[in-house]
Amino acid sequence: MAVLDIEQPNSAPLSTVAISNTHGEDSPFFAGWKAYNENPYDELNNPSGVIQMGLAENQVSFDMVEKYVEEHSEESSWGKGAPGFRENALFQDYHGLKSFRQAMAGFMEEIRGGRAKFDPDKIVITAGATAANELLTFILADPGDALLIPTPYYPGFDRDLSWRTGVNIIPIHCDSKSNFQVTPEAMEAAYKKAESMNTKVKGILITNPSNPLGATIQRSVMEQILDFAIRKNIHLVSDEIYSGSTFSSTEFISIAEILEARKYREAERVHIVYSLSKDLGLPGFRVGTIYSYNDRVVTTARRMSSFTLISSQTQHLLACMLSNKEFTQNYITTNRERLQKRYEMIINGLRSARIECLKGNAGLFCWMNLSPLLEENTKEGELALWDIILNEVRLNISPGSSCHCSEPGWFRVCFANMSEQTLEVALRRIHDFVEERKKGKLN
Amino acid sequence: MTQRRRSNQNSSPETELQTPETTGATAMRLIVPLQGIVQGRGGLILGSLIPCALFYFLQLYLKRNRSPNPPPRSTSSANLGELPRTSSRSNLSSRGSIGPVQISVRASSIAKPSDSPYYIGLEKAAEDPYDRLDNPNGIIQLGLSENRLCFDLIEKWVSENLTDSIMGREGGELSISGIATYQPFDGMTELKVAMADYMSQVMGRTVLFDPSQLILTAGATPAIEILSFCLADQGNGFLIPTPYYPGFDRDIKYRTGIELIPVHCRSTDNFMLSMTALDQAFNQARKRGIKIRGILLSNPSNPVGNLLSRDMLYGLLDFAREKNIHVICDEIFAGSNYGSEEFLSMAEIVESEEFDRTRVHIIYGLSKDLSLPGFRVGVIYSFNEKVLAAAKKLTRFSSVSAPTQRLLVSMLSNTRFIEEYIETNKKRIREIYHLFVAGLEELGIRCAESSAGLFCWANMSSLIPSYSEKGELELWEQLLNIAKINVTPGSACHCIEPGWFRCCFTTLSQEDISVVMERIRKVAETCKSSC
Repeated sequence: MAVLDIEQPNSAPLSTVAISNTHGEDSPFFAGWKAYNENPYDELNNPSGVIQMGLAENQVSFDMVEKYVEEHSEESSWGKGAPGFRENALFQDYHGLKSFRQAMAGFMEEIRGGRAKFDPDKIVITAGATAANELLTFILADPGDALLIPTPYYPGFDRDLSWRTGVNIIPIHCDSKSNFQVTPEAMEAAYKKAESMNTKVKGILITNPSNPLGATIQRSVMEQILDFAIRKNIHLVSDEIYSGSTFSSTEFISIAEILEARKYREAERVHIVYSLSKDLGLPGFRVGTIYSYNDRVVTTARRMSSFTLISSQTQHLLACMLSNKEFTQNYITTNRERLQKRYEMIINGLRSARIECLKGNAGLFCWMNLSPLLEENTKEGELALWDIILNEVRLNISPGSSCHCSEPGWFRVCFANMSEQTLEVALRRIHDFVEERKKGKLN
Repeated sequence: MTQRRRSNQNSSPETELQTPETTGATAMRLIVPLQGIVQGRGGLILGSLIPCALFYFLQLYLKRNRSPNPPPRSTSSANLGELPRTSSRSNLSSRGSIGPVQISVRASSIAKPSDSPYYIGLEKAAEDPYDRLDNPNGIIQLGLSENRLCFDLIEKWVSENLTDSIMGREGGELSISGIATYQPFDGMTELKVAMADYMSQVMGRTVLFDPSQLILTAGATPAIEILSFCLADQGNGFLIPTPYYPGFDRDIKYRTGIELIPVHCRSTDNFMLSMTALDQAFNQARKRGIKIRGILLSNPSNPVGNLLSRDMLYGLLDFAREKNIHVICDEIFAGSNYGSEEFLSMAEIVESEEFDRTRVHIIYGLSKDLSLPGFRVGVIYSFNEKVLAAAKKLTRFSSVSAPTQRLLVSMLSNTRFIEEYIETNKKRIREIYHLFVAGLEELGIRCAESSAGLFCWANMSSLIPSYSEKGELELWEQLLNIAKINVTPGSACHCIEPGWFRCCFTTLSQEDISVVMERIRKVAETCKSSC
């Protein structure tokens, strides 16, 4: 006789949110992580383990942050005898520490080379960009409404923007012919799709620099996107979380610069999301912000941020760090250089294995084209290849299908979350795999 | 304005207008077939179509000519009037297409300025805060349940232990690499272990908490919201005894759409929950078509400050089992239990009996007992695996910041410090409580019996001009604007009896109390003379 189910027949029911699987943790994107967690690569202890190339974390510039904290430990905590501690520990105002907002505004300006100005009073603090994106979705759209998002996009959006909000994502399909850049036709097509589903589109959300493409959006395309939002009278959310991770200082054009050039006409529909998780490599600190040109959105977001405030201790520490111009200037420049170096290393390594990537200029990853290696040019073919790469080559990379890419065979490969030695091991494994595959095909 | 131009209409409204002569001729052509129908000759279809068509065109005509030409718009203002409209159906039909870009319906209600005295009072007091030296005429804040009595102890600990706590000592080197990278969203294991032990300590070591059933969140505010998202759907309800913490209206209703169904408690019962009232409220809600999914209690209660007895806790579990609903216990003031009565956690009750534990969930946090509201540390403790699994995933939106986690692992693991803190804290709250309540008594204001929390529940009904919510709010305004003290009126807490006010006293020093009493006395005298 079968063992009785432990579930008691009268346990109180749970909500739809609790039992739905919109959390998406059954998808390959997350399955790869599980495989990594079970068998993580370690240079000494587990050299044949899975190398994590699916996590967009920045570990190349960590030493600079560490050095700062070491040299300024007193200043960035509460000073001798901790006189500032009390006030800081009691500070739960959802406006956020003024000094922190000022430092953040200054940092965002520096990243953009001073080409845009940010007002600290338009900054709303959130515990990470994940929370910022969800919060904006709650504010801009009602359940059943839709946001348009260009593909390929960060797989986490499916969960972050939809789960509790009830808002749908409608993809704007981009393809390799246009280097995956958004086109007005693609935007119109997505909008029409929404109409045919009787769904109201409330906004368009772009990530610039793009995840997973690892490339900035061209100025002309940004203008077209803004014009589209104006035409349809919808919001524009620009997730600029990788803005400080561009390889050059001039190729990134923020929506803020475009607005400034237009003298802030139509600005009240634009909102920027930022965070320190990528540029500063501090995802554990949970620091995100919403910057909105719309006062009503700022007020509402602020109130709603009660659910996701940043620890006042962390705000204080970062206010000190980010207002230290010597630190920030050095950090931004050095971080860019190191990321560029990593990027070149991986591109060259892949090229020697005859693998091409999309031309990138930002981010912590590259967008790799493995379509020549597919058995069949379909999503299933891509997932089959992904499975082999995960379990045999033992590299966790992210399949394009989990990013809703309409063309099979593309993969996102992170390069900044490991040492150079580990990256070399990974490149060698890829090289060997491609060789084997070719031999296999010839046989 | 948008109805004036539809994209598939190229002609201007003027040419569509019918001149009087043609109107007459057209009318004749329409009426004749109608006459035919009436006289039994014409087609039925034509007879029904024509009036409908006439009606439709009439509406169209009226719509087009409803508004006069709008004034010319300046090109510099951010608006959309001049831009051509697309033919998208949804654009035309949605209200959002008219005028500036809209925010969502659910955000609109939050965008409005708050009309709750709870929030208004907090804001006003923050704008003009009392300071004994710098601003002696400022507003004294008695509306925020904050505890400032034991900061000297924490400051001492921080200055003695600081570098170790944030930096950690991995291999003897100062390093933040352990805390900078992605952490589990529901909290570091070390902190869960430390928190479980701390909670046990705070609650008198009568119950053990299992770290694997514990989830950490950025404050108790998201803890209660996340739990609500897991236990009920939009439109469902939680029963909640009144008076209750005004923040619940926001924390639970804002985004989840869950309703709070009040279960009124009375001064004759010292505002203790009655099972009869609970049952009645359940049935009434059901009649109104609202599905009740749980009971939400605060124990120690806010704003009254009383404790739930063992019998009451058992009674609630029985009720919950009978109705097959959840029980949520907000135990955030557990360590502020200064009275002689022992605090009893729901976790203890559940542990000792073979109850269906999967319906019990506890909320906790460090904002009250440890006075660290700025650090954003909350706890969901549940006996339900599925709830834990779902809530864990939701913590991605509300995680505790890693440096703060590291600091707290250090602080909470220092059991000797915590023990000293808990004892001293209770002692100091008790002292201030007695002074404050005695001060009110001298003014003829009595408080409800309480033994926990950072506040007292004062009966000022003898001072209000009329025994109603309106009278209560008038007194509240006088206290805020004339006496310049911010207290929370019972109506903001949904209390069914007018005249009760929550007064938080743990932000005061002993000297401040006499200032507060003097100010209240002046207002009390004016009230007595005019009542």
